[in-house]
Amino acid sequence: MPKGKKITQKAIEKPAAFGSDLDIRGFSREAAPWPSCPVTSLPGDIAQRALSAGVRTDEVDRAGTYFQIDRSAVFKGMKKTFGGKAEILSTKDALKKYRWARNYWWKLVDANMDKYTALANLRWDQGYFIRVLKDQKIELPLQACMFISRENFNQNVHNLIIAEPGSEAQIITGCAVHPNIQSGLHVGISEFYVKKDAKLTFTMIHNWAQNFHVRPRSAALLEGGATFVSNYVCMKSVKSLQMYPVAYCKGANSRVSFNTILHGGKNSYLDVGSKVVLQGKGSRGEVIARAIATENAQIKARGLLVGENEDSRAHLECRGLLLSDQASIHAIPELVGKVKGTELSHEAAVGKIAEEQIQYLMARGFSESEAESLIIRGFIDVGTFGLPDALKEDIKKMVDASIAGAL
Amino acid sequence: MGERLAILTIEDLTVKIAGKKVLNGLNLEVPEGETHVLLGPNGSGKTSLIMSILGFPNCRILSGRILFDGTDITNLPTDERTKLGLGVAFQSPPSIRGVKLGEVFKHIAKGEVDEIGLAKITNIPMEFLERDLNLGFSGGELKRSEIFQLLAQRPNFALFDEPDSGVDVENLEIIGKAISGFLKGRSGLLITHLGHILRYVKADVAHVMFYGMIACSGKPSKIINLIMKRGYKWCEKCPKVRRLRKKR
Repeated sequence: MPKGKKITQKAIEKPAAFGSDLDIRGFSREAAPWPSCPVTSLPGDIAQRALSAGVRTDEVDRAGTYFQIDRSAVFKGMKKTFGGKAEILSTKDALKKYRWARNYWWKLVDANMDKYTALANLRWDQGYFIRVLKDQKIELPLQACMFISRENFNQNVHNLIIAEPGSEAQIITGCAVHPNIQSGLHVGISEFYVKKDAKLTFTMIHNWAQNFHVRPRSAALLEGGATFVSNYVCMKSVKSLQMYPVAYCKGANSRVSFNTILHGGKNSYLDVGSKVVLQGKGSRGEVIARAIATENAQIKARGLLVGENEDSRAHLECRGLLLSDQASIHAIPELVGKVKGTELSHEAAVGKIAEEQIQYLMARGFSESEAESLIIRGFIDVGTFGLPDALKEDIKKMVDASIAGAL
Repeated sequence: MGERLAILTIEDLTVKIAGKKVLNGLNLEVPEGETHVLLGPNGSGKTSLIMSILGFPNCRILSGRILFDGTDITNLPTDERTKLGLGVAFQSPPSIRGVKLGEVFKHIAKGEVDEIGLAKITNIPMEFLERDLNLGFSGGELKRSEIFQLLAQRPNFALFDEPDSGVDVENLEIIGKAISGFLKGRSGLLITHLGHILRYVKADVAHVMFYGMIACSGKPSKIINLIMKRGYKWCEKCPKVRRLRKKR
C-alpha cells in the first residue's frame, strides 16, 4: 500500500488526542528473533511473568494459545480437543493465508489516527489473529500473551479478532515483561468483529514495568444480537498509559459492556476510558470503571456514550478512590445524545476512604489496615465484573497483592 | 449491688468533637452484669459518650479517663478496646460498597459462631450475607444487621445506640428478644429515646444526660414514665439540671 504508507509518514509525528506525548524515537527496535517452541517449554521466568498476567503456559483450563516475545510469534495453536472450533494464527500469517482478512484490517481503527497507530502500521510486529468459527461455543478461554524481553524495546502488535455468527468464546490477553526489563513502549492495535448473535468476552491484563509506556488502540464492531464484554485490569504501575477503546453497537439488540480496574501508583500517568456508540435498534451499553490512585499517580478516567438510535440505552459508572494526597483522579464522563429516545446516564464519584467506614470496622475488631484493605477490596469488588470464572480468583489475588503493596 | 466490680468506669470525662465540648466531666459506673439505660434530649451527648467509649479519633479527650474491666483504655485505639470485650450496635451505621455482611461476620465470628442459628434469632435471611454492608438496608434491616454482628462478636459489654428507633413492632420484638437473650450474664449500656426496647430488655439503672453530664440516675421504669409524661422541658426546670447548665 504505497499510498497508505505516505499518509502514515505524516501521522508518525502526530501526538495522540489524549494522554502525555512521547518521543517514539527514544526506543529500540532491536530484538533477536525467538525460535518457535511449544508453549509448555518456555523458560520458567517467562512462564512465571505470563502467569502474572493471566496466561498459563501449562495451558491448563485454556483452549488455545498465542505467545509472542518481542517480534516473534513463538507459539500459536488450539489444543487438540478444541481443534475445528477456532483458529489462532499470527496476523502476518493470517493476512497471507486469507485474502479476505484485508477487509478487516485497519477498518475499525484509523491507521493515521496518531503516531502510535502509524507506528503499528509502519513497524508492525505480528499480533494474533483469532477467529471463532460459526456456531462454535468454546467453554475454556483462549489466551494470548504479548511479552517483551528487551530493555527499552518498542513492540507494535496488531490483533484481529473475529467471532463468527452464533459463536461464543472468551479471550484472555496478558501483557508482561521479563523481570529484568524496566522500560519500553508497547503499541497494540486490536480490531474486534463480533458477528450476528456471537458472544465474545475479552479480558486484558497488563503487567508491565515501572518505566513502561503503553498505547493500546482498540475498536469493536457488533452485529445484530452480538454481545461483547471487554474487561481491562491494570494493577501494576506504568510510566504512562493511554487508551480509549470504542465499541460500535451497529446491529439491532447488540450489547457491549466495558469493565475497567485500574491502580496507578508511583509516578504513573494513566488516561483510560471507554466509548460506546449505540447505532442499532435496541442496542445497550454499560461502562464500569474503578480507579485507585496511590503515591503520585495521576489518573484520567474517561467515558463516552453516544446515542444514535432512538431505541438505545447506556449507562456509565466511574468510581475513583484516592489513597494519597499527592495523587489525583479526574473523572470525565461524557454523554452525547443525537436522537430523541436514546437514554444515556452516568454516575461518577471520586473520594478518599471515609473515616467513619474505618471506624465502623474497627469497632467490629478489624485493625486499621485490615479495615482499609477490606474497604479497598470492596471498592473494586471484582465479583461484580463479568470476568471469566477461570480468572476471577487470579484477578482477586492481583488486586489483593496490589492493595497490600499500596498500603 | 455495691459488691459488684465495675466493668465500665468513666471518671470526669471531658471530650471535644470538632471543637465543640460534648462531654463535660462526666462520671458513670456500670457494675459487672448490669444493663444501664441512657436517656436524654437530642444533643445532650449520648452518642458522643458512646463514640468516646469506643475511642473514635474525632473525640478529643481533654480530661478524665475510661476504665474497662480494670484496664485504662482512655488512649487505646478502637480495635484494641474491641479485643478487650467491648462491642457496639450503631444507630446509623455507614454503608460500605463491595464489603459483604458475610465477610464481616466471618472475621468477627472466627468460626466459633453458628451462622444459621444467629441469622435466625436476628431474622437475617441468609442471602443478606451476600449483600453490601448496610447498602440499601431498610431501617429494621439496619438494626437487625447491627445486632447480628454484635452477637457474632460476643463482647462482655455492649453499647446499643437507639436499637429501637425507626423500627416497626415486629422488628422491635425480634431485636428486643435478641438483645435480652444476649445480655444474660453480660453487661451493657443502652441508649433509647422512647424506652420501647425496655418492654423486652430488663435494665437495672437509668441515667438522664444533660449538657454532656449525668443529671440523675434511678429506677428505669420510674424515670421513663416521668419523662414520657412530662418531657425533657420539665427536667430542665429541675435544680440539678440547672446546676449542670451553669457548670458546663
